[in-house]
Amino acid sequence: MSDLMEFDLSRVSVRELNRYLHADLPGSGVDRVRISNPNGLHSLAVGLDCEVEIEIAGHAGYFIAGMNKLANVTVEGNVGWSVGENMMSGEVIVRGHASESAGASARGGLLVIDGNASSRCGISLKGGRVVVAGDVGHFSAFMAQAGTMVVCGNAGANLGDSLYEAVLYVGGAIDSLGADAREEPLEASDVELLKGLLGEAGVEANAENFRRVASSRSLYHWNSEAHQEY
Amino acid sequence: MNDRSPDDRQLPGPPSDLAGGPEPQEPSASFDSDVMAYIRRATQCGLYDIRGMGAKRRLPTFDDLVFLTASASRYPLEGYREQCSSRTVLGARFASRPIELDIPITIAGMSFGSLSASAKDALGRAASAMGTSTTTGDGGMTPEERESSKTLVYQCLPSRYGFNPDDLRAADAIEIVLGQGAKPGGGGMLLGQKVSSRVAGMRTLPEGIDQRSACRHPDWTGPDDLAIKIEELREITDWEKPIYVKMGATRVVDDVKLAVKAGADVVVIDGMQGGTAATQQVFIEHTGIPTLAALPLAVEALEEMDMVEDVGLIISGGIRTGADVAKALALGADAVSIGQAALIALGCNNRCYHDAAEGWVDVEDDYRQLGATPGCCHHCHTGLCPVGITTQDQHLEQRLHPETAAGWVRNYLQVVNMEVTTLARACGKSDVHHLEREDLAALTIEAAAMARVPLAGTSWVPGR
Repeated sequence: MSDLMEFDLSRVSVRELNRYLHADLPGSGVDRVRISNPNGLHSLAVGLDCEVEIEIAGHAGYFIAGMNKLANVTVEGNVGWSVGENMMSGEVIVRGHASESAGASARGGLLVIDGNASSRCGISLKGGRVVVAGDVGHFSAFMAQAGTMVVCGNAGANLGDSLYEAVLYVGGAIDSLGADAREEPLEASDVELLKGLLGEAGVEANAENFRRVASSRSLYHWNSEAHQEY
Repeated sequence: MNDRSPDDRQLPGPPSDLAGGPEPQEPSASFDSDVMAYIRRATQCGLYDIRGMGAKRRLPTFDDLVFLTASASRYPLEGYREQCSSRTVLGARFASRPIELDIPITIAGMSFGSLSASAKDALGRAASAMGTSTTTGDGGMTPEERESSKTLVYQCLPSRYGFNPDDLRAADAIEIVLGQGAKPGGGGMLLGQKVSSRVAGMRTLPEGIDQRSACRHPDWTGPDDLAIKIEELREITDWEKPIYVKMGATRVVDDVKLAVKAGADVVVIDGMQGGTAATQQVFIEHTGIPTLAALPLAVEALEEMDMVEDVGLIISGGIRTGADVAKALALGADAVSIGQAALIALGCNNRCYHDAAEGWVDVEDDYRQLGATPGCCHHCHTGLCPVGITTQDQHLEQRLHPETAAGWVRNYLQVVNMEVTTLARACGKSDVHHLEREDLAALTIEAAAMARVPLAGTSWVPGR
């Protein structure tokens, strides 16, 4: 049987919540935390560093679960900018839509967005895995360095602009590819990876219907002839 | 009587196109030899100049100010006997653990990657010995610099290379970098020859690529978002650590006000003389405003917001001497940051490096191979630093011995701080932070206008 701690943000401040999650929770035996009345508040459950299940019951603001390590955070609603930014490990699940820069600079862990994600989803990605069940906006995966981003719906303009070693998979239409991004054949190993990742994310989609996008690596080195390409 | 017609006065001679023309042979002021060399170079390689260090053009500087030390109307302190405090506290606005330093001179952010591990280590040791702080850079925190730096400021940069919550928690303060004086509005650059396996690993990049990092943060845009970002970093670190916001000096009044409104504990303004490990020369010489002009604008912004006592102000960009530091404090800074001067103290541009076994070793030939000479080198971007400071080459790096170099930097910092306290005592101050604008006069009209102090010998402040 698990121990549950509940926080009502109409009565408790964000600072008190986070201080509890950082200082009192580890080693306390509590393994589930339910946060009610988030009402668009920012910086909820940021900087976590222990294994715990956290449920945010409602819509939340910017930087939810920022820099997360180990914790599994689920938001039963929509989120503002930069959910799971710079996360290191654990899982962050958004049951609604996400605003801009979801998963920015994430280094590890899994970010799942059941709805759509706005522009710059997966920007500067550094090893994390992002699965979006819906669409993503323009300039998603901009300068993404490592990791995987799966978009089951459509991708906006300039997908993967200035990509490094991150790999993107898109199930729907791609408005346009950004500088140095190119479509590559979907290999059997990609399909296996996708099946596993979609299964882990709990998102249903046919892994064989995705398109793979990766860097053509033509801009890795200084090239004065590339003009405005970078 | 002169009865010659105009035609008679015309003497026979060769056509002017063969004679070379009658014009005097003067070089053009607009197209001087430097400009012509720039154009010729562009025609040959099709790529703009990239280099390290800061602006080299002549600019109004703190040298254009002098102190009005005590005489009959002011009472000096005994220069060699009475105490003059240089203790400096930064970040007390919101942070529960402000930074406390023994001297008002901090080491500016310089990355492992642009600098060798030995150089970072040496700076950390020297700063710790003098009771001041060092700062990480675009590439994250190395265990060595955390170990050697008693007080370490952790930069949060647009690239987020190496940025992680463990290091954030291990830091003593956090500096959100919006820009730097050498390239305000531009992103970082580390050419492939410096992207070693360790540097690449820390930055999650392929080894050997030309790393050009972002100039905008990936997870927020604009001052309203900056306020939320600062709040997030405070929440992650339980409101313990001071948060600095660093900006290149451009629209200083507006930028400082926005940073303060966003919740900064400390604002860092980096003037156009600020250095870099590598960027386009056109950036270094043609963007931003001089440090001397930037500082009074930052103070004005804080005064207008009634935040002088609450928000710390650090000025950087070409700070070299105790006189520079004292003048910066008199104009309203709480502290300064030094970068290039610290590198020179490490031995940058020295003709020799010091080897424990061989003594001083002449490396002038190594400078020549870079197309440079000792004293004029700005080839940090090449990674071939002859004295082992701005390199990732494991052989070159060994030319800088951290313990020896730390001693040089420590001595330099000590001299600078002694000069500051000496000047402060002569102005009758028992604390270097009591130096004030009234203690200064300007030697040039430009400096008087920028620093907003009277032109020497007058009570005239241009524009006032």
